[in-house]
Amino acid sequence: MSDPLLRVDDLQVQFFTEDGVVRAVDGISFDVHEGELVGLVGESGAGKSVAVSAIMRLIESPGKIVGGRIEFDGETLVEVETGPDGDPYRTEATMPDGELRERIRGREIAIIFQDPMESLNPVFTVGGQLREFIELNRDFSEREAREEAVSMLREVGIPEPEARYGDYPHQFSGGMRQRVLIAMALACEPSLIIADEPTTALDVTVEAQILDLVEDLQDRYGTSFVWVTHDMGVVAEICDRVNVMYLGEIVEQAPVDDLFYETKHPYTAALLDSVPRPDQTVEELNPIKGVMPEAIDPPSGCRFHTRCPEAREACTTTNPDCREVGFGDPPHRAACIKHDAFDAAYSGSPPLDAAAQQGFDVSLSGGETDD
Amino acid sequence: MTERAAAAAEGVDGVGFGDPLVEIQNVSKYFANDEGMLSWLSVNRDADGLPVETGREWVKAVEDVSFTIRKGETLGLVGESGCGKSTLARTILRLLEPTEGSIYFKGRDLADLSGEKLRNTRKDVQMIFQDPQSSLDPRMKVGKIVEEPMQAHGMLDAEGRAARAQELLEKVGLDPQHYNRYPHAFSGGQRQRINLARALSVNPDFVVCDEPVSALDVSIQAQVLNTMRDLQEEFGLTYLFIAHDLSVIRHISDRVAVMYLGQLVELADKRELFENPSHPYTQALLDSIPVPDPRADGRRGVLEGDVPSPIQPPSGCRFRTRCPKLIAPAEYDLSDETWDRVRAFMRHVKRRDFTETDPDAIRRRYFDGRVPDGAAGDVVSAAIDDIAADDWEDAAERLQSAFAEQSVCAREEPDYEVDPEYGTDRHTVACHLHRE
Repeated sequence: MSDPLLRVDDLQVQFFTEDGVVRAVDGISFDVHEGELVGLVGESGAGKSVAVSAIMRLIESPGKIVGGRIEFDGETLVEVETGPDGDPYRTEATMPDGELRERIRGREIAIIFQDPMESLNPVFTVGGQLREFIELNRDFSEREAREEAVSMLREVGIPEPEARYGDYPHQFSGGMRQRVLIAMALACEPSLIIADEPTTALDVTVEAQILDLVEDLQDRYGTSFVWVTHDMGVVAEICDRVNVMYLGEIVEQAPVDDLFYETKHPYTAALLDSVPRPDQTVEELNPIKGVMPEAIDPPSGCRFHTRCPEAREACTTTNPDCREVGFGDPPHRAACIKHDAFDAAYSGSPPLDAAAQQGFDVSLSGGETDD
Repeated sequence: MTERAAAAAEGVDGVGFGDPLVEIQNVSKYFANDEGMLSWLSVNRDADGLPVETGREWVKAVEDVSFTIRKGETLGLVGESGCGKSTLARTILRLLEPTEGSIYFKGRDLADLSGEKLRNTRKDVQMIFQDPQSSLDPRMKVGKIVEEPMQAHGMLDAEGRAARAQELLEKVGLDPQHYNRYPHAFSGGQRQRINLARALSVNPDFVVCDEPVSALDVSIQAQVLNTMRDLQEEFGLTYLFIAHDLSVIRHISDRVAVMYLGQLVELADKRELFENPSHPYTQALLDSIPVPDPRADGRRGVLEGDVPSPIQPPSGCRFRTRCPKLIAPAEYDLSDETWDRVRAFMRHVKRRDFTETDPDAIRRRYFDGRVPDGAAGDVVSAAIDDIAADDWEDAAERLQSAFAEQSVCAREEPDYEVDPEYGTDRHTVACHLHRE
């Protein structure tokens, strides 16, 4: 296979708060190939948004990238190593801020956020914002940029684009605002678009329209996507490969069909089990026990063991890395010691049954409700 | 079964299981578009005499909605944002006065009740809100929060209330030891459980749940949904469950009502509605949901455009402006294929989805080079000429009034009943495709 367009290697992001260090992203690795749509899925607090913000180096204080390397199209966007004094520092390979701003952000990598109202300036017209963006990034004259803006608006399905060009963001519906952001992201024909829950705030029929639009545009421009979502339905519909995140770590990484049909990690399995289905009636849902612990004080060993129905003694001490567990290509990786690839003492270890069966009570005594 | 559920089953309160508990008859709720002292005045310079006009714009949030909720069932109410679900719920609880229509609770018209009697009825009807963050007072301890409704309705003494609060906390899956904690110490799912305990504290018959799980993560959603079901069984509760998520609705409901732009478009037994959806809007909603199965053949995005404004909703069927199955006007006698072409052309002209103005190019693009015969073709040709003269608005107007406005969908309000394929419950559909 050719070299990936984006390669994230052992990325670590930490937030230095008054209460302690939050390891929001703790050593994740994944890659995105040309024309691929890669999903990053997990519940709130899993670290998905932090991970994608790090790609664009948009982590703000008190957060900091403390380790790892992000490579885009052969260039190093960031590389952080730990110095002899124990402090992380950016290596010389890291792209300077100015260059990243000028050459990468917006032009090569674009980002679409969940809330389109916050991404658009309420006091400028929609068309004006789009035109300015094109003018700045593509060296067009004002008139050419305006024409390009109108045609982009038409492209993403805004009705009467000439008339709507002069409207303000509040005059657009939520779905239309998200279309404008997609138009803006596409305006510079970037090779990678990062979409951070772009359809979560939208109604299903509008979400469906946007997913159709994205698929259509992907066919036409061959753009790669990193798609952050919590919705397994969206994952199944659009992703080529998927990374499942739990508490700052990637626990499973697989092509989409394998993820649903050859599930290798208990968390992914539990997540799939707990979703009500639109296409069939399920009598009883199987919820995952308890709540996700806080990243400031993650459980020892495997981070999922406190809620895992298959947890055993050995899980409380070993924190598994995400390892290849299948024979497929692209590879199927999972971070669970029940697989042979880990050669851990799982099978001989006594199950943590008692804890797993107590359900809520266990969750209440762990995590945020502690006195 | 608990004592209470057994008592309810015997019909102590006069309503047996499966009998109507809440009846909503022709309820409408309008809001004035702009509030303000002189907002009902507007200036019209072309008018004869005084250039000032009176009259308000009304937002028709809910219009002419009727249905029945039976004791012991969960009626799911589903629709997209802005369709009037929450307004309807608040109107049913009489937190809002209905503009028209009546709401009967246990056979009594709620509109006739006031003061003390209304307060007493409120005890039987409780509500759970979407946002578990803002629906709990951050400065009150959990125990007090659960006790407050009992206190307001003069139930039990202080000791009894505290005991009941602890019992309820346990029932909803929390630790009774948490009685003295503040809401901030709980996660979203746990807060929604506190809301449940509070709603149940006054022994209600009927609980309106307005998007109770949509702010929660999926794994937590499932926990709360399961608890809600268990409680329903134990206390003999009746739920009106509002959600925009059809998967959740499918899981929890017995019957389902679908709402669009202030009106009900379809109401049927759950299985019937999901397996035999008969309104094009319901079908579009079902087709739009992403299915968590990569091998499912996805059909998506069948709807075009946005929901129209509820200030001037479309005549006849409100869904007709976006309906993929708009019925051809009878007078033109068009084949299905020709009608599809005409409709696509009409829609794209209105939205200005294309830029060609050359008549031949348009004819090729939409009609394979040949416009339809007869009167319909004359209208299409005239519209193409309008576009050639860069008169898009005239073209759109001409097509709308000749085709869309002539359809039965624009001229009559639909209201039909179809034979259910599953079960025996009535299946009502507001769509002219089912006219006989």
